[in-house]
Amino acid sequence: MAETVFSIATAIAVLGLVLSGYRFLKGPWAIDRTVALDVMTIITTSLIVAFALFSGRRIYVDVGLVYGLVGFVGVVALARYLEGGL
Amino acid sequence: MRTLKAKMLASLALWVAWMLLTAPWSNQEAIAGAVVALLVAFLPLFPASPLGDLRLTPKAIAYGFAYVFVFIKALVLSNFDVAFRVLHPKLPIDPGIVRVTTKLKTPLGRLLLANSITLTPGTITVEMRGEDIYVHWIKVAATDPESATAAIVGNFEKYLEVICG
Amino acid sequence: MMAIIGAFTSLVGALFFLLSGIGLIRMPDAFNRMQAGTKATTLGSILFLIGIGLQEPDYLGRTIILVVFIVLTNPVSSNALARAAHGYRKHIGAKMVPDALAEANEKTADAAAKDGSGKEAAHVD
Repeated sequence: MAETVFSIATAIAVLGLVLSGYRFLKGPWAIDRTVALDVMTIITTSLIVAFALFSGRRIYVDVGLVYGLVGFVGVVALARYLEGGL
Repeated sequence: MRTLKAKMLASLALWVAWMLLTAPWSNQEAIAGAVVALLVAFLPLFPASPLGDLRLTPKAIAYGFAYVFVFIKALVLSNFDVAFRVLHPKLPIDPGIVRVTTKLKTPLGRLLLANSITLTPGTITVEMRGEDIYVHWIKVAATDPESATAAIVGNFEKYLEVICG
Repeated sequence: MMAIIGAFTSLVGALFFLLSGIGLIRMPDAFNRMQAGTKATTLGSILFLIGIGLQEPDYLGRTIILVVFIVLTNPVSSNALARAAHGYRKHIGAKMVPDALAEANEKTADAAAKDGSGKEAAHVD
């Protein structure tokens, strides 16, 4: 029961990732792509933790934690670059 | 005194994070974590953390808990607001940038206020200059600074003023 | 029992992720996309991760750290993006009816020009 519901939840999250990936590919401006990248980073972090639950290996939770950190720094660096301050 | 409080709070935060990371606890790990957290917080490597702005009186702590609940309520309401606007077939938006002012003086208070504005219904912080905050509002209801301030900031400011001036 | 509650919590969080994806596609310009994206992913990731923590109590500590981190940093990155987007507001065709920030920028630019000190005001396009 719980496994089925959680599989459906993960599938819906992947669908959200695909929709924001469409915006990432379509653009039309760099700032739109960066906003989409921000959303994709958060969803991917959550999906990595979900993968830890599916595979039963705890180490992937740490991978998700580090991915969240690096993704945040990446998005802020891109935003500062677009602003002209980097 | 203020920097001592900031360093103690920073080491407490580090220790709590360490305890959450090493989930099945043992005494040795807890003590080692406390020692390392104190060392890291008191090494003269980092500039003074803004945590020193927090007040630790009982009233401020009670307001802190109340603030968390107000914040969660605002977050949930803002998500339903976003859901309504995104799923509505006509896309009812009317965006604009308005200026609001804050009475908060400390950096931590302003940081928390800006983050709270971003996560409340229909608003994101765009720019902060001194005590002026420029807010992108998805459905502008008031353009003059006074009523915009009352609508956007007022709810949080009365808590944050007690917590961290 | 806990596992079922956690799975349903994750399901609600995933629906908010889907909502942020739909918002990114439907909204007309970068600012409004940010509105949909930031808010929906913040609550979505809180619910999704806490749901995972309820299903597997071993992970709960780490997911709480991740949730606190996301709640603190997501508005910061959205703020940086909004500041960057405001510099390109004419290119991306963002319609904002009262634009108080642009007016303030013009005022500082005028003051700098009148001053004649040769210093350029920041972020004026």
